[in-house]
Amino acid sequence: MQGHSLVPEITFWLDHGRILFLTIHALGVAAFAYIVWRRLVPLVRAERDFRFDHPLSRLRNLAQFWLGQWKHPRYKTAGILHILIFSGFILLAMRAFTVLLVGVSHDFAMPGLTGRVGEIYETSTDYAATVVFLCMVFAIVRRLVFNPERYQVPARFGKAHKGDAIFLLSLIAVLMVADSLFEAAKSAAMLQTHAGAGFQSTFSLPWLFQIALQSRSMDDLGRLCFSGYLLHELAFYFLLCYRPFGIQFHVETSLFNIYFAKLDREVLKPVKYGVSDEQIDQVKSFGVKTFEDFTWKHMLDFYTCADCGRCSANCPSHTAGRPLSPRFFTTKGRDYAFQHYPMFRKAGNGRALIGSIYSEDEIWSCTTCGACEEECPLLIEYIDKIVDLRRGLVDDGNVPQSLQKPLKALESRGNPFGKMEKKRADWANGKDLPHPVQRLDRSPGSKTLYFVDSVTSFDDRMQSIARATARILQAAGEDFGILGSAERDSGHDVRRYGEEMLFLALRDHNASAIRASGVKHIVTSDPHTYNAFRHDYTGVPPVEHISQVLARGLRSGALTFRPVESGTAVYTYHDPCYLGRHNGVYDEPRFVLDAIPGLRRVEMKRSRDRSFCCGGGGLMLFYEPREDERIGVKRVRMASEAGANVIVTACPFCMTNLEDAIKVAGLEGKMAVIDLAELADQQIARNDRSVESTSNEIPQECAVGR
Amino acid sequence: MDILVCVRRVPDTSENDIELNSTGNDIERDDLVYSINEPDNYAVEEALQIVARVGGTVSVVTVGGEDDEEVLRREMAMGASHGILLTDVAFAGSDGRGIALILKTFIQKNRYALILTGVQAEDGGAQVGGMLAALLDYPFASLVTAIEVLDDKKLNVTREIEGGNREISQLDLPCVLSIQTGINEPRYVGMKGIRAVQSLPIPTYSAADLGLKVEEVGAAAAKLKRVDYFVPVLDKTAQMLQGSREANAAEVMELIVAKGGLK
Repeated sequence: MQGHSLVPEITFWLDHGRILFLTIHALGVAAFAYIVWRRLVPLVRAERDFRFDHPLSRLRNLAQFWLGQWKHPRYKTAGILHILIFSGFILLAMRAFTVLLVGVSHDFAMPGLTGRVGEIYETSTDYAATVVFLCMVFAIVRRLVFNPERYQVPARFGKAHKGDAIFLLSLIAVLMVADSLFEAAKSAAMLQTHAGAGFQSTFSLPWLFQIALQSRSMDDLGRLCFSGYLLHELAFYFLLCYRPFGIQFHVETSLFNIYFAKLDREVLKPVKYGVSDEQIDQVKSFGVKTFEDFTWKHMLDFYTCADCGRCSANCPSHTAGRPLSPRFFTTKGRDYAFQHYPMFRKAGNGRALIGSIYSEDEIWSCTTCGACEEECPLLIEYIDKIVDLRRGLVDDGNVPQSLQKPLKALESRGNPFGKMEKKRADWANGKDLPHPVQRLDRSPGSKTLYFVDSVTSFDDRMQSIARATARILQAAGEDFGILGSAERDSGHDVRRYGEEMLFLALRDHNASAIRASGVKHIVTSDPHTYNAFRHDYTGVPPVEHISQVLARGLRSGALTFRPVESGTAVYTYHDPCYLGRHNGVYDEPRFVLDAIPGLRRVEMKRSRDRSFCCGGGGLMLFYEPREDERIGVKRVRMASEAGANVIVTACPFCMTNLEDAIKVAGLEGKMAVIDLAELADQQIARNDRSVESTSNEIPQECAVGR
Repeated sequence: MDILVCVRRVPDTSENDIELNSTGNDIERDDLVYSINEPDNYAVEEALQIVARVGGTVSVVTVGGEDDEEVLRREMAMGASHGILLTDVAFAGSDGRGIALILKTFIQKNRYALILTGVQAEDGGAQVGGMLAALLDYPFASLVTAIEVLDDKKLNVTREIEGGNREISQLDLPCVLSIQTGINEPRYVGMKGIRAVQSLPIPTYSAADLGLKVEEVGAAAAKLKRVDYFVPVLDKTAQMLQGSREANAAEVMELIVAKGGLK
């Protein structure tokens, strides 16, 4: 059944009603154009953002994330539903266009969709309309009856918009019914006049309608055909013009949002695009203070959010009841844009965002773990926005008192504790290290640098990771040294907390110290440091995390493990955000664990790219947002649910947070945390058994024979 | 309202391991990190907030050497519009009265409606504010926790009295106030702000510029002399509780009550 085969007996009105249809078209298109133009006003006033390079990579993203709906199946039910609706829409887009154009010229046929191809196309769209219709029914029932948790709006974020969602879903269902009715009435008329063979598409919506209409009079069919057509026109244009006012705007904007998505996601947005670090002193105001300080792409993100709640469902901050929830962070941004850039009145701008739509605590609550960005099917960016808002807060001097001290200490001493530089290498003194560690600040010459970073250098508990790392490197035969008092904090979290200038000072100091040492290779035991060297520093030698060094040593045979002695310990690996999600190092740590003979390992439900943050590293150690329950406590419970009693992690912050969480959760003696480096160090088969026992206590019931 | 805040540079207690020098009359000053006297930050923040409400300027002044410019710049990065350094070899070793006299001479040559100091210097004795007011014959209030500007002649200040009560007093301007910490939340001073004021001029005044007699200030004129400096020996009064969590909690409560921590 082809769209352009018309039956004059019942479609005569197409001719007579041409003026009406043309008017609807003209009004609909004009209204949509006006709305889009108004929506573009803030984007024109926004900060610039270079997103026009690398068209091929961008097209690849489009193929994968837009057309391929790559992220959707991460949520099975909703994902499959969306893929069905999306494919239906893609198929129906051409048909909707044809149907609309029939109103202008009644024998219009889409070029390329005539003859046999046209028939196949028609049949597939009949089914597409049916599938979309059924999906809508299913989605409405799902909203009404099952109402999944992630769609709900906690009271602190305002009212739920279930009504709006159901209204939009119903409208699409109406569109599908109208379209099918129009086709079915025509087809039924054709059967009666023997002008056509009717539908091939058995069990489709038009097919069902056609059966129902078979015996109707020509007059009735004419009226139904007209009604279907008019309803289709009105519903189509209403939806087109209504979508830019809510969550369905993504139907239009997603294509652009995904095309213009950030390609180098791990590299933090510069303070201003197009301003180099050398010229940064000339930038008057840092960061985002008013809505117009966002870049146009960040505003497009706000428009594009479909309010699906996947970000928040995975966000540690939201889950722990902190004031930040990525979903509402975005919808608040969108509401601001809609309110301050209205359709008819003059645009008002320049209001401070902090204190009006966002709170300071909300902005400081983010751990930058990246779970939201990993999940978002529309590739909305969050971390850059949060960091930009923090830059604005820092620029205005609005930094929580608890963060001011560590920041000032980082400025004067190069570490957040305010400890003296000369004590930075004190962890390496003492009997626990059989061979002394080379000090590159005194005598350069080693090939490899172990960059220890601040917390691992100074925190009593974490120093054991430093010593374990040094012993592993010694066992692996690496020619390595440390920078000692010449090392400063890598600045990784200084940058992510918005203190860009301090970060630049720390980075420049470290980069020149590293260059002066002449090393060819950097190793670190801290994923934050690893991320800094990979993405924040330039012109420094390549960096490896200790888990990668271990995996390399095991593969080459330079390192071997002896079997675990404890029989009851069940290990699980907690992916640190900056090793896993931000840098894709998932397999090496697991490979290392699995290389230990006799080690029993289970996976937590949330692992790899869905790993759940420990509560936040870096400066988050010094900031305690309001929360219902510690993030780390939730994580420890997840390990417990997985049946593990030892959590292995590969980050000093994860270890500290989880260790604290075990105490808070009252699981002392039942659960333990150990760093991968510490565990590997214990298990490396050596001749001299001069290994320190860490302060970490493997639970008694699993420490049999230890 | 033109406000002058007297500030000072001190060894940062949170970022140093304070150790005695070999002669035992001072601390080991190599490797020390100096920074703004923390209580002075509250005074500067309060001055900035007053000016934001009623208009005017905020100036910061310190007595010291070239190194002390650093703290003036930090306060200028916070928002103070002028920094003034009072420096002279003759000033070295001044006691609290000497510092107050130097400041008084400078203030008499200028017109400030309000003079603020921090509640005390971290390495000092909370002397200068009171003495400065006396030397200037200005009204003085110490430990101020709130300031309300009534008009360009009068202020109301709130002070916290031991036990948590509050007292409100009225003062005529010009006056001297010492500002209690906790009156506000001092704003953060970032690297960007410090770099932005790096090249602003800071005028300096010597004893001669101020018309000060050299013999009235400095170590020789000091009426207070330090005779000893020591780090107290750590006493072993810490008690480790070894029982179960519940038993420990109960015992801690008992101890707190016994020592008068809870009534």
